[in-house]
Amino acid sequence: MKKAASFLTKDNFKNMALQMAVLGVIFYGCHGLLTNTQANLEARNIASGFGFLSLESGMPISNSLLPYTPADTYGYAFFMGIINTVFVSVIGIILSTVLGVTIGVARVSSNWLVSKLAEIYVEVLRNIPLLLTLFFTYTIVLAALPVPRKSLTPLAGIFLNNRGIYLPRPVFEPGMIAVMIALLVGIIGAMVILGMAKRIHDNTGRVIPGASLGLVVVVGLPLAVFFMAGAPVTMEHAVLKGFNFRGGLVIRPEFSALMMGIILYTAAFIGENVRSGIQSVDPGQINASKALGLSQGLIMRRIVLPQALRVIIPATTNDYASLVKNSSLAVAIGYPDMVSVGGTIIGQNDQAIEIIAMWMGVYMTINLLISFVMNWLNSRVQLIGR
Amino acid sequence: MASVRLKTFVPGPAMAPPLVSSGVIGWMRINLFNSSLNSVLTVVALFFLYKALPPMISWAFLDAAWLAPSPEHEGACWAFIINKFRVLMVGLYPGELVWRPMAVAAIVVILSVLTVARKLSTRLLIILWYTLPVVLFFIINGGILGLPKVEQSLWGGLMLSMGLAVVGILLSIPFGILLALGRRSRLAVVRTLCTGIIECIRGVPLITILFMASVMLPIFLPQGVNINNLLRVQIGIILFSSAYMAEVVRGGLQAIPVGQFEAAGSLGLNAFQTMVFVVLPQALRHVVPSLIGRCVALFKDTSLVIIVGLLDFLGMVKASSQDPQWLGYDAEAYVFCAFVYWIICFSMSRYGRSIERRNQW
Repeated sequence: MKKAASFLTKDNFKNMALQMAVLGVIFYGCHGLLTNTQANLEARNIASGFGFLSLESGMPISNSLLPYTPADTYGYAFFMGIINTVFVSVIGIILSTVLGVTIGVARVSSNWLVSKLAEIYVEVLRNIPLLLTLFFTYTIVLAALPVPRKSLTPLAGIFLNNRGIYLPRPVFEPGMIAVMIALLVGIIGAMVILGMAKRIHDNTGRVIPGASLGLVVVVGLPLAVFFMAGAPVTMEHAVLKGFNFRGGLVIRPEFSALMMGIILYTAAFIGENVRSGIQSVDPGQINASKALGLSQGLIMRRIVLPQALRVIIPATTNDYASLVKNSSLAVAIGYPDMVSVGGTIIGQNDQAIEIIAMWMGVYMTINLLISFVMNWLNSRVQLIGR
Repeated sequence: MASVRLKTFVPGPAMAPPLVSSGVIGWMRINLFNSSLNSVLTVVALFFLYKALPPMISWAFLDAAWLAPSPEHEGACWAFIINKFRVLMVGLYPGELVWRPMAVAAIVVILSVLTVARKLSTRLLIILWYTLPVVLFFIINGGILGLPKVEQSLWGGLMLSMGLAVVGILLSIPFGILLALGRRSRLAVVRTLCTGIIECIRGVPLITILFMASVMLPIFLPQGVNINNLLRVQIGIILFSSAYMAEVVRGGLQAIPVGQFEAAGSLGLNAFQTMVFVVLPQALRHVVPSLIGRCVALFKDTSLVIIVGLLDFLGMVKASSQDPQWLGYDAEAYVFCAFVYWIICFSMSRYGRSIERRNQW
């Protein structure tokens, strides 16, 4: 009753009127945009809608992870682009985290030389546009490598030349299924062992080396099955035929240059997050744990890291999101990511609105996924008040 | 009778004197060789420097050809940069009119120095900075006061990068403030709209926004209305930057305690006055360092306009390195480009950090 009475106060009425006015302006604007767009599209003879996705694309994609030919549809070509974007993002996130943590730890090192070198690295990479770094890595990677006939072979079966890095491709035989099952069993076993170790530690205080035991199970079980099944894997080597190599697993220079540039750039930012995270931990805590007789490793694992992560994770979430968005710079050096493939499609049939909508949809989805995972991680490390 | 053997006190050997902790040796002991791991790291780092530094120095300085390309110099050929310098700085801007970009550069430098030295009041600085783009546009573009007009397709080089960045920063700050206020509005429609705009723009890469501005904007406009590519790209950059500025400003707004609103209200200020005279001045002061951080990021991001066909600084560097008369100088071109970007971005971030340390504006 009270609610109903207070519903139409003077303030509420004013608010409602204002919002109605805003809505009206938005609708008017959208209507204008829509009519303009329709008139323009008709004038330029551009079809609208997603029908073009099932047409034959006719465009080649040089770095597709799945089998693809120009006879496939636009939709499938765009899907190849999405896969490439996701692939670059996942590898980039993993490797830039590894490098970034190394840089961050080096920056807080008590070794003056190491911390200065890390600082120079961070300050240089952070203050230069990523696109320039990419051009640099691409030019250097291409220029430094020889033609296929004069390939470098750092190890037998591995060839380095300006067409890419050629590695032996593992060919799996049926026995590999057993190894995969063993790996799965190993992972489950390790999780059980870790849980039991924690329970025993909680209940009795006895320390069980759960992590090492789990590692033995995860690595040992599949390895044992692998050799029992008679090593069911053969290597297909790349062979020089004419002017180029055939077969094997090939990593194209565009991909190497893109990965190098993105990882070097993002690692500088992650390094700064790690540094500020570690420095945010009160040095008194470290002195106190030394006084309690904890070892250096335990202090890092149990005292510093859990507190540093609270600072590191939110900042790093943003950097991961930027990394995914930055992977779109692939278009500048000719790696066919989603933006590059989409740009070609726009060039062929002018359906810019649909492609841009698809880009936005995919990037939003990836970024939502990242923030979902990172928020979950973040809630795990947050201080839980009583 | 058993004799009692008394233990006699025998002093142990004297301890070694403490290690030197002053002077060069002491400094090295503390900072480079204080544990076995650090000693190994130091040696590895020194070896790395020994391998990397001398070739770099001899390439860049000792063996470099400075004034003209010459075959006997094996290092960098800086003559390439000297030869291309005008193109790198101002693009295809007509040679006899180059004094105009130079005048503009002088104005920007003087204004930046005045800002950093804090010789003028904040209000005057803001007025000067916001009149700057108008003045710059008319000097560069010409067409008034007897200055001959220069087509915008001839603009390029560092001048274009700086122009896109300065206009982008100056215009995106007010838009960002509006979006941030909208996101905190009591009106659900306004709040949803602003949140939607901010999150949509922040969710996608700048390249897609530039594509959109370059390809889609003409489709959205009424027929017969044409705006050139440079302006379209500038609009895209402002749009993109506004969303990020909005998030920075929102951080500042959230730091203002509720008491400030209540106090302003009890003094009889209305909502608008409260915002403009009480809340925003404090909120913006909080976020000046982050705003400068965004400026650095935006300046770096302007290099992406090369993808929609504008020849900014990086674009000109790339184009010059592909000049058939000067082939094979990519490394010099990119190193020079990196150096210029680095100087500008590094000094801006240093300035931001110094403000942060003073913790005041």
